[in-house]
Amino acid sequence: MSMNLVTLLYLVASVFFIQALKGLSHPTTSRRGNAFGMIGMAIAVVTTAALILTVSEQGAQGLGYVLLGLVVGGGAGAIMAKRVEMTKMPELVAFMHSMIGLAAVFIAIAAVAEPYAFGITSEAGQPIPGGNRLELFLGAAIGAITFSGSVIAFGKLAGKYKFRLFQGAPVVFAGQHVINLLMGIAIVGLGIAFVVTENWTAFFLMLALSFVVGVLIIIPIGGADMPVVVSMLNSYSGWAAAGIGFSLNNPMLIIAGSLVGSSGAILSYIMCKAMNRSFFNVILGGFGGETSTAAGGTEQKSVRSGSADDAAFVMGNAESVIIVPGYGLAVARAQHAVKEMAAKLTEKGVQVRYAIHPVAGRMPGHMNVLLAEAEIPYDQVFEMEDINSEFGTTDVVLVLGANDVVNPLAEQKGSPIYGMPILEVHKARTVLVNKRSMASGYAGLDNPLFYMDKTMMVFGDAKKVIEDIVKAIE
Amino acid sequence: MEAVSHTVINLTTFVLAIYVGYHVVWNVTPALHTPLMSVTNAISAIVIVGAMLAAALTVTGLGKVMGVMAVAFAAVNVFGGFLVTRRMLEMFKKKERKSGGEAR
Repeated sequence: MSMNLVTLLYLVASVFFIQALKGLSHPTTSRRGNAFGMIGMAIAVVTTAALILTVSEQGAQGLGYVLLGLVVGGGAGAIMAKRVEMTKMPELVAFMHSMIGLAAVFIAIAAVAEPYAFGITSEAGQPIPGGNRLELFLGAAIGAITFSGSVIAFGKLAGKYKFRLFQGAPVVFAGQHVINLLMGIAIVGLGIAFVVTENWTAFFLMLALSFVVGVLIIIPIGGADMPVVVSMLNSYSGWAAAGIGFSLNNPMLIIAGSLVGSSGAILSYIMCKAMNRSFFNVILGGFGGETSTAAGGTEQKSVRSGSADDAAFVMGNAESVIIVPGYGLAVARAQHAVKEMAAKLTEKGVQVRYAIHPVAGRMPGHMNVLLAEAEIPYDQVFEMEDINSEFGTTDVVLVLGANDVVNPLAEQKGSPIYGMPILEVHKARTVLVNKRSMASGYAGLDNPLFYMDKTMMVFGDAKKVIEDIVKAIE
Repeated sequence: MEAVSHTVINLTTFVLAIYVGYHVVWNVTPALHTPLMSVTNAISAIVIVGAMLAAALTVTGLGKVMGVMAVAFAAVNVFGGFLVTRRMLEMFKKKERKSGGEAR
């Protein structure tokens, strides 16, 4: 197989990858998009196998090693994809980022050890050209940071490990940023040393430091900011792939890596915007874990609380209901109960819609997937910008396990969350709020919505409350 | 005229691909951002191409071990990423049939 043909087939695969992302612009075309992605990957793998057969002096034996890795890794991946619970998607994604990072590191090590095998040098034993050394250094460093950062993010998302670094609360210590900066400079210095001398020690020291930096940059970021971190690591894994593409002179890797890199960057931007934080503010960290002391207004205010029966009565007599699901809903595994409730209400002639804030779940779009899993039709589910104008003409809004994203303080100058985009729930005629207690949200702020005259609090576990409402509607 | 270096050609590809990625990703509907992330996981597993070369064409023990492990790690993402994306997108399909209506 000629190199030209290989490169052309790689081009075809790259186009398929672009089509895969393009398909996701609408649910109806998305499955075809995913199929495009699979075909693209199949083309890339088969072409590479054919290339190996053409150039290899080891014959088919080399492909045996490939098959070994493919079966072991592919099997593990397929099992994970089949078994994972949708609430655990953020952990799975973080785990997969770490795999890409580590793969990039290992490829870079192999390439430094035997550049001839990758066509980087024309003959065995020749030194690696300077440009390739630089690219190998970049690919390996980004890969290492992606790996260790994703491992920490995984631990924080899983939230079940005792290990301190795996806990949601940020780890902050004096001089943190200075240490990170010094480590960064050391990595670049060792990288330059490697580029100039092709010295193995410098390369491995650089790798070790990159692993440590990956840990250090994620530990100060609190659990609430994980949607940004996951998106950011998504971006890093793409840049790592692109870096490997540069070192191997493979345009397909560069294209695929850049697509992923820009996708992750855009998602990070969207998430930051939804939380009203700047990217640097999130990265520098120390926020979003513990409840800040900013919670003002401790004077006793009265709330109106009601039972599930009251809530059922109010919704049953409404013409339109908008349900605002928060992550509390998913924690209580109440999605199916919600769907049942919505079906009952629809039967009675009530218009039911869902309003989703961009940070409603633990990662971008997470809540949409959780509702989809409960077979809630996606044409009843609306994004914030599309439904905010509708609250004013809505009879009843039911807020389930959400707090900061419906806090009207965001519209008040001088409040700590001023400017954060919110669902304008307070404009509806009646607001029902289900919460376990009066505890404040991640931002540690009191929510004036709960004290409004038109608001009725329904305390209790979301699933229990909704099941009671379903019974009461009959 | 002297030949253009590989790095410069690669840089051209890189910049244009970022441009394409930027425009394509902004068109992705927010409801599908989680599948977007899992499918990009699968796509970044394209490093499997480099891993395959390492596993098959290297001759030293170090190269082989690194290569085989890299193939395995990347394969986790290739299969895991595409399959979990398909699983999620199937969920979006079921509802579509039930409601019968075309979404906006």
